[in-house]
Amino acid sequence: MRIGVGLPSGIAGTHSQLILDWAKRAEAGPFSSLGVIDRLAYDSFEPLTTLAAVAAITQRVKLATTIVIGPLHNNALLAKTAATVDALSQGRLVLGLAVGARHEDYAAAGIDYRSRGRRLTEQLIALRSLWEDSAIGPKLERQRGPDLLIGGLSDQGFARMARYADGYVHGGGPPRAFARGADKARAAWRDIGRPGKPQIWAQAYFALGSDAETQAGYRYMREYYSFAGPVAERIASWMLTTPQEIAGFMRGYEEAGCDDLLLFPTIPHISQIERLAEALVGLGRSER
Amino acid sequence: MKITILGGGPAGLYSGLLIKKANPAHEITILERNAAGVTYGWGVVFSDRTLASFQRADYKSYEQIANQFVKWDAIDVRYRGETIRCGGHVIAGIARMSLLKILQARCREIGIALRFSEEINDSAQLDGYDLLIAADGLNSVARKTYVEQFKPALEYGKARYIWLGASKVLDAFTFIFCENEHGLFQVHAYPYSGTSSTYLVECDEASWLNAGLDKASEAESLAYCQRLLSEHLNGATLLSNNSKWISFPTLKTRNWHHANIVLLGDAAHTAHFSIGSGTKLAMEDAIALAGALEQYADLDTALNAYELERKPVVEVFQRAASESQSYFETIKRYRSLEPVQFVFQLLTRSGRITYDDLRFRDVRFGEAVDRWHAQQTKIVNKRILPPESQPQRLFAPAPMFNPLHLRSLMIANRFVLARAVEGTPSGLPHTEQLTLPDHGILENTGYVPLLKDTYRGAGLAYVGLVAVSAEGRITPRCAGIYTKLQVEKWAELVAGIHRVTEQKIGIELNHAGRRGSTRPRAEGLDRPLRQDNWPLVSASAVSYGPHSQVPKEMTDEDMVRVCQEFVRSAQWAMEADFDLLQLSMAHGYLLASFLSPLTNRRDDEFGGALEQRMRYPLDIFDAVRAAWPADKPLSVALNASDCVKGGMTVEDAVIVARTLKEHGCDIIAVQAGQTTSDGEPAYGRSFLTAYSDRIRNEAGIPTIVGGYLTTSDEVNTIIAAGRADLCIIETSDA
Repeated sequence: MRIGVGLPSGIAGTHSQLILDWAKRAEAGPFSSLGVIDRLAYDSFEPLTTLAAVAAITQRVKLATTIVIGPLHNNALLAKTAATVDALSQGRLVLGLAVGARHEDYAAAGIDYRSRGRRLTEQLIALRSLWEDSAIGPKLERQRGPDLLIGGLSDQGFARMARYADGYVHGGGPPRAFARGADKARAAWRDIGRPGKPQIWAQAYFALGSDAETQAGYRYMREYYSFAGPVAERIASWMLTTPQEIAGFMRGYEEAGCDDLLLFPTIPHISQIERLAEALVGLGRSER
Repeated sequence: MKITILGGGPAGLYSGLLIKKANPAHEITILERNAAGVTYGWGVVFSDRTLASFQRADYKSYEQIANQFVKWDAIDVRYRGETIRCGGHVIAGIARMSLLKILQARCREIGIALRFSEEINDSAQLDGYDLLIAADGLNSVARKTYVEQFKPALEYGKARYIWLGASKVLDAFTFIFCENEHGLFQVHAYPYSGTSSTYLVECDEASWLNAGLDKASEAESLAYCQRLLSEHLNGATLLSNNSKWISFPTLKTRNWHHANIVLLGDAAHTAHFSIGSGTKLAMEDAIALAGALEQYADLDTALNAYELERKPVVEVFQRAASESQSYFETIKRYRSLEPVQFVFQLLTRSGRITYDDLRFRDVRFGEAVDRWHAQQTKIVNKRILPPESQPQRLFAPAPMFNPLHLRSLMIANRFVLARAVEGTPSGLPHTEQLTLPDHGILENTGYVPLLKDTYRGAGLAYVGLVAVSAEGRITPRCAGIYTKLQVEKWAELVAGIHRVTEQKIGIELNHAGRRGSTRPRAEGLDRPLRQDNWPLVSASAVSYGPHSQVPKEMTDEDMVRVCQEFVRSAQWAMEADFDLLQLSMAHGYLLASFLSPLTNRRDDEFGGALEQRMRYPLDIFDAVRAAWPADKPLSVALNASDCVKGGMTVEDAVIVARTLKEHGCDIIAVQAGQTTSDGEPAYGRSFLTAYSDRIRNEAGIPTIVGGYLTTSDEVNTIIAAGRADLCIIETSDA
């Protein structure tokens, strides 16, 4: 299992310079990828343009969206933007898409929330075709374009992933919940008759430091997921706050067959990625 | 806080007790509709885990409850004149009345006001409370007052049941299955005091009507059950307590709290009695609510936390309960199972207990299951002694290691590898590719892994979706079995496998129909070729997906030709010496397109009712059966469901499977979905097992099931319970 780190671009109030510093720090290891998350009606950075900036100052790490709310986008424009980020990063983009869960993001984009599943299915087919047929440019590193991941937990979501995408991205939770999701993804993939295995990505949140610091992390989590009502409290409780928790969590995910785990910050401060790097090196993770 | 609790049942009393205990400053009143000392129902049961939580929550009441417990650890099943026992299921029973008395006394002791015979018909009448706990059961007045806020959904079961008691001692939880001229009745009986037991009698609606129980009075119903159970009661008398025949109501409630009203126990949720968890869940709700109120000063936060903690737990139980409920509702389909298997199926019905669990709980029972299964597969009996004087085998392998006989083929064990393979690509353009002699030949990328598979110890491997013609290929890389070069390669593979191992090798023949002429599946599913598409045929001219080619409706000539192709390929498969042949009638390919009403819109004799839609696939089956050696088994891959509205249902699939069996089909490989581009089953571990169970036990034909199985425990559980006969295993390196 490879370990990546999320950018603080989804935390309200984050300064743009921190994003760039963070990316450079991630490039120094021991991280294999950089992740971004997506909200529209929120004080956050747009994921793909953020990755475009990050592409210019990194050489090595994969750049993953976990996820972009696909149905909010026009298919051809999304294909072009993603192709551009992929070209700027010499083929390091991994494009994770999902329907998202917040009505207000759909309202802000003027897109009918109920059409989201159908739109995402059409989008998957359209993106791949636009890239493969070189209909939009720029020239892609790989003819077929970046790898596509799908997030979500609905039955249709797993089928959609297995039919059209290259892998699955799990939204977070205890290792057992992840294992169930990963099993569903692999079951769908095998049954559908795709060769090989789906890539399995996952994500978690962390806050390392004093109690006061982790409390700030919890506040962000509760606020970010407040749309989910009482569930926000449970999501917040999954946040990893010690190297020991990170170790146990990584082990559980690895045993359940996770390929790439992204750890997202909840506190917009450079010390967070430094502490995470230190914790990972302490756990024997030294891949640059 | 001023707290009013509606309902003086276990949930209401226990929540009052625990809340008051945590904070004696709360003013708590419990309102109960019935008079003190009146209760309906007999005994309630708890698992040892629940007891441990009672011990932590309130030791004093726990101690008194524990003193009155009847504990047992065995489940007896009486079926076809035999009693089979399985131990290791620690359960405790107590009379509902005793439980209530203990809790009432504890409540009074710590200063809770108990008011009996208080009928509340409208919770809006109530006021003067800071928190209203609605523990007033299934017909909760508070929930009904705020239906819009709580959003309850009630669903009634298909079976009828009645709660009775008896002055009879039992030493185990006892399931009794009685069949009489009216139908099949099952009884769930368990002790709850030193002298008495609960007897819950259940049957399907037909048996209930046949027996005239819809018109029977309470006394008549009691007399009927007394007669029904006479041989099991040993002279004891059944008792009624305002008992009526009812259908089980399963209640799910979207929201468990609204403003300062919170639902508890049966007021919020019910779960079928066959997993015995109603009172347990209610009292655990009480523990969680009291805990949340203690932890959070803010009422709304506390009620949120309570709902958050309990709802997922309850949902897990409701899912298991619904599995168990539908098992009992459709139990007739298992009547042909022999007692040991019947019991194993019963104990593993909800999916929560597996073969390994049962062996751990009661190794003697586990070994009896192994022995019985080995006996069935006749590897023990050397026929030296007449059957009645043969001593019983001491130990036997786990069920998955027993052989399966299909015609004269002996498959050494029950796990199977199913492999997709590729063929050599066809040349371009299209006009040439059909005549190119060297396309569709099994590639070494498939050949080598198939030889390596022989080290894995499976009884059978089969290669999937091999085309019967160039037109019937899914992609240009499809392996085929319709040219001499292709067959030579298959023969080489089969000979290689037979030379080195006992593992058998099968082949699945397919015609892609409207799912043909697509790109390699690494690029995604059902994407038409960029160029050089070949024309497609299907039952009707309906395309697979929005971007797919529209196929041609098959003409009589097409049908004759394709039938000949299947026969010819079957003959080639025979020449290549395959051990088993499978015909694909699943996943929306050509033969499946005839079966499904969504894809077959023909108005000739091959379309319309299921009988007609089956006709062409059956014609092909018959022709292949005639061509394929009589001593070798023929299998059919069949969709148990199209998983989409208006498609084939499992009821249809049972009919097709039964018909295929009559036509000489030996085994059905159960599949689901993919008939249309948006019809998929709910993927996950073991997602095809329930379908396989249904087809195997209703159509009476052996089945092969896959659906992402990876462990020996899954295979043993499925095989021992008779849910399938062979299991396809996913290997992690496939």
